[in-house]
Parts: sequence; structure tokens; C-alpha cells
Amino acid sequence: MISVGARATAGRRRPARRRKPIQTGQFRTIISPLQLNSPWGRRIYWSVLVTVVVTFTLAFVFPLYWMITGAMKTGEEIAQMPPTLFPAAPTLDAYAEAWSLFDLGTLLGNTAYYSLGGWVFCMLVDVSAAYALSKLRPMFGNVILGAMLATLMIPAMVVLIPLYVTVVDLGLLNNPWGLWFPAAANGFNIFLLKRFFDSIPRELIEAAQIDGAGPTRVLWSVILPISRPILGVVSIFTIVTSFKDFTWPLLVMTDSDKMTLSVGLSQTAGMVSQNAIMGGLVVASIPTIIVFFVFQRHIMAGLTAGSIKG
Amino acid sequence: MAVLRRNLTAYGFLCAALFCFAVFAWYPMIREFILSFQETNLIDPPTWVGLDNFEYAVGYPGFTEAWIATLQFTFLALVCGFVVPFVVALVLNELRHARAYLRFVVYLPVMLPPIVAVLLFRWFFDPGPGLFNQILGFVNLPALAWLDSPATALISLVIVSTWMNMGSATLIYLAALQNIPPELYEAAELDGAGVFKRIRHVTIPQTRLILLLMLMLQIVATMQVFIEPYMLTGGGPAGSTVTVAYMMFQFAFTNQNYGVAGALGMMLMIVLLVFAAFQLRLTREDKA
Repeated sequence: MISVGARATAGRRRPARRRKPIQTGQFRTIISPLQLNSPWGRRIYWSVLVTVVVTFTLAFVFPLYWMITGAMKTGEEIAQMPPTLFPAAPTLDAYAEAWSLFDLGTLLGNTAYYSLGGWVFCMLVDVSAAYALSKLRPMFGNVILGAMLATLMIPAMVVLIPLYVTVVDLGLLNNPWGLWFPAAANGFNIFLLKRFFDSIPRELIEAAQIDGAGPTRVLWSVILPISRPILGVVSIFTIVTSFKDFTWPLLVMTDSDKMTLSVGLSQTAGMVSQNAIMGGLVVASIPTIIVFFVFQRHIMAGLTAGSIKG
Repeated sequence: MAVLRRNLTAYGFLCAALFCFAVFAWYPMIREFILSFQETNLIDPPTWVGLDNFEYAVGYPGFTEAWIATLQFTFLALVCGFVVPFVVALVLNELRHARAYLRFVVYLPVMLPPIVAVLLFRWFFDPGPGLFNQILGFVNLPALAWLDSPATALISLVIVSTWMNMGSATLIYLAALQNIPPELYEAAELDGAGVFKRIRHVTIPQTRLILLLMLMLQIVATMQVFIEPYMLTGGGPAGSTVTVAYMMFQFAFTNQNYGVAGALGMMLMIVLLVFAAFQLRLTREDKA
């Protein structure tokens, strides 16, 4: 997308008025490259570009800036009108205050434990189910898959209450399994995994079987190594979803020493000063933002792959 | 024998998933149905009450208002949450610079836990030192009451909801736009179609399927709106932001009246299934 080689004549004393053309790359869109590079096209293009970049930064980055700097202001400064754009004397006091008031250490520990534990359990259950449905092909396999996918049609808020009643009946309140069991019943994960397993050629598996590998060995040594991309996508989405989840943990994990980060923040936010709340929010955002920075490509690829075909 | 063994191993691999689905997905779906005909507070044994729960819910003061608020919220959220991402995706697709940055930034709020977005915006909406009124004051506009007035409370919820959800829709549209064959635009251009005609006769027909799909998904998602009213307004002011999902939650967890909550859930589900059926019909027509 960035033009290379257009400046081959850089040795000239005065660069001509002609600037390098806007490269359109291999794909054309609504506006043709010719139109784009006409004098008016360029003017409009650059003004739209600047407007979009500024608007996006204001709309999506500035709120986060406000949150981070809000937590660096003192209690008086944060309530001051008009507000200051930069904290007058940046301190980390509010973060320390948030850490102790919200008991963020416990909350973060809980949330990490629930997310990672849920991830391990979910992958065990969903991968083996998808493997059975895709490669072992049992009787009624399609019926089972259909019934699993049918659960995706039922709105989450509607099953919330009967699910809660079920979990209460089983005595799973304030028990991590109350989060993990329902999370593992994820039809979409099974669908994605099964679709990927379906694309693995039979010959590979037959070759392994001739070498004497049983079904578990085939799964472990043939299927899983090939399936790394889809396993990565499913893992990231499973972990991030459970980290972000609010309503279900609000109902299931009610003891204050067992709450998740989101629930803990919501329960204590009314009793804490504004800058400490912002401190808590920053801490809660850091893990997901780090995950986003690191796995950006996988997340964006997974988003479009799952939704267009699904 | 071989068939039996294959089936046994297959069900061995399936059993954990079957257990999870049976107990935590399929059974609750049936339980929902049973629940709506019972009176239960989870302590006393449940009693069958026929259609009483439905009658009670329909006659409950605020029932109609909750549906109106839900539909208003869904409508407003669609105007913002459906149109804005598509327009943004159209513009982003034309840009040749800063694409990675813009995509990253628009998806950033989706990655944040919803509670972060909600509590952050609660502060922005603060009528006094809140960011929004300060900005309005800065450009000499009158301050708004945001969450404190029935006139603006619902639209405030829509703003939060759009901010934190539009990223995924935008990226999905962007991917769909990139799949449009360039020849179509070239042909349209040769036929003398201007920019708007190209959008109308090439872009929209080419992305029709994904647009319909996303429309239905968003209707289903926004009709279940819960966190925003729960955290930002508590249903107020004057009950203007009590949505059906919020009302259901209150019946169950404030009044311990699980039967009526179940009945409300059934109604919500029927409405959503009608939308889903509608979607299926539309997509099928599209293929034909």
C-alpha cells in the first residue's frame, strides 16, 4: 500500500510539484485509481483521510486516554470544571487506592483462574467432541451436531434464568464449575473445530492407523498439530469471552472473595471515588488490550472467518 | 463388531460434551418452558399455575412500556449500530493509508470488558464534570441531563452500546467489501455510474447477504440488552429504560419470582424466533 520507488529521481534539486500517486495496490474499490489521483480526487482523499483519522482517534482512543489520565489525577482535580487535559501532578495514588479498595489482586487472580481453567476444560470437551463428530462419525452424529447448533438459536438472556435454576439445583453456586460447564457447551466452537477437522485429508489418518495409532493417538499426533491455527483462534475467543463476561458470573459467583474482575468492579464502584474507579478500569482493561496487541491478526481473522461462513 | 467399536470410541470422545450440553444447554431450554407454567421461588416446591404467569406479566404495570423501550432501543441501536459501521467500512475500504491503525482502533472497544466501557461512560455522562457536558459547554451548547432525563436516557444507552460493539460489525463489513470483484466497479464506471450509483447498484447488492445476516444478528443481540440499563440507569429515570431483559432479571433476582421471569423469557424468545425465521426466509430467497 505504501508506494515504493516513486522517488527514484530524488537527486534532483527541487522536487517537482507532482507528488507520488496514491497507490491503490492490487484491489480496486468504488473510486477508481484514476479518479483518486485526479487533482480533486487527491484533495478530497487527503481531507477525508485526515478527518477519519482524527475522528477515530477522538472517538476510540481519547476515551481511553481520559480513563488513564483520570486515574492519575487527584480527587479534586478530577471533579474540577472545566477539566484539565493533562493531569497537573500525575500520581499513581489512585491506582494504589483502587488496588486496595477493589481488592484487585484477588479479583484478578479469580478471573485468571476462571478464564484459564474454563479454557482448558472447554478445549478438552469441544476438541474431542468435534473430533468424534468429524472423524469417528458415530451413529446419530448429525442429529447431535444439529442439536448442539440449535442451542445457538436460543437467545442467551432467555436461557439465563433456567440455567441459573439448574445451577442452583446442582449446588454449583460459587463454584468455578458453575462457570466452566455452561461455557463448555459451546456449539459455535464445536462447529468451527469440526469444520476444520473435516478439511484434514483421510489419508493422513489412515497412514497413522496403519502405523498402529489408536483414536487418541491420531487426535494427539495427527489432528492437533495440523489444527494449530483454528485451535489458536478458538482459544483466544474462549479466554477473552470468559474474561469479559459479566451477567453470568454476576449470578453465579456472588461471594465477594470469589467474584470476577468485572463483577467486583461493578459491585464496589458506587462506594469508591471517581479516580479510583478509573484506576480499577485501567487495570481491568490491560489484560485484554495486551491480548489484542499480541494476537491482533488471529482475532481479526477469526472474527471474519467465523461470521461470514457461519 | 468394527462398527460397534467405532461407535463406542466415538461416544467415548463425545460423552463429556454430551453431558455439558444435556445438563447446561438442552435441559435449561426445556426447563424454561416448564418454568413459565410454574410458580417457584427455588425454596418451596414449585406449583403448576397454567397460564397465570403470562397473565400476571402482561398485566404488570410497565409491561407495555418495557416492550416499547426495548423496541425503541433496538431501533435506535440499529440506526447507529447498523448504518454507522457500514458507512465507516465503506470509507475505510477507500482509504489507502493508516488502514491497520484505523482497524485496530475501531476494534479496541470490543476487546474491553463491557463493564469498563459502561463505567467509563457513566462518568462521561455525569451532568457536572462529565466529559460530554464539558465538551458541549466548550462549544457553547446547552448541557444535557444524559442519563438523568427520560428524554435522553435511552439514546445515552445507545451511544455506549454502539461505541463498544460497532468494531466487530465494521470489520465484518470491511471483509465483505474486499470480496467484491473489482470488474463490477469497472463495468459500472464504464456504464457511467457515479460514486453513489456504484454504491447502490454494486456495493449493496454484493454485500446484501451479509448485511441481512448482520441486521438480524444485531436485532437479536440488542433486544436482549441488559448490562447498559442494569449498570447505567437501573431502569430509570421514571422507568424509561426498563427493557424486557432487565424486567426479566428483576422478576427473577429481585422478586424471586422465577415463573414470571420464565414467562417473560418465553415471550422474548418467541419474538426473537420470529425474527430468526424471517431471516432464514430472506437468506433462502437470496440463494434462489
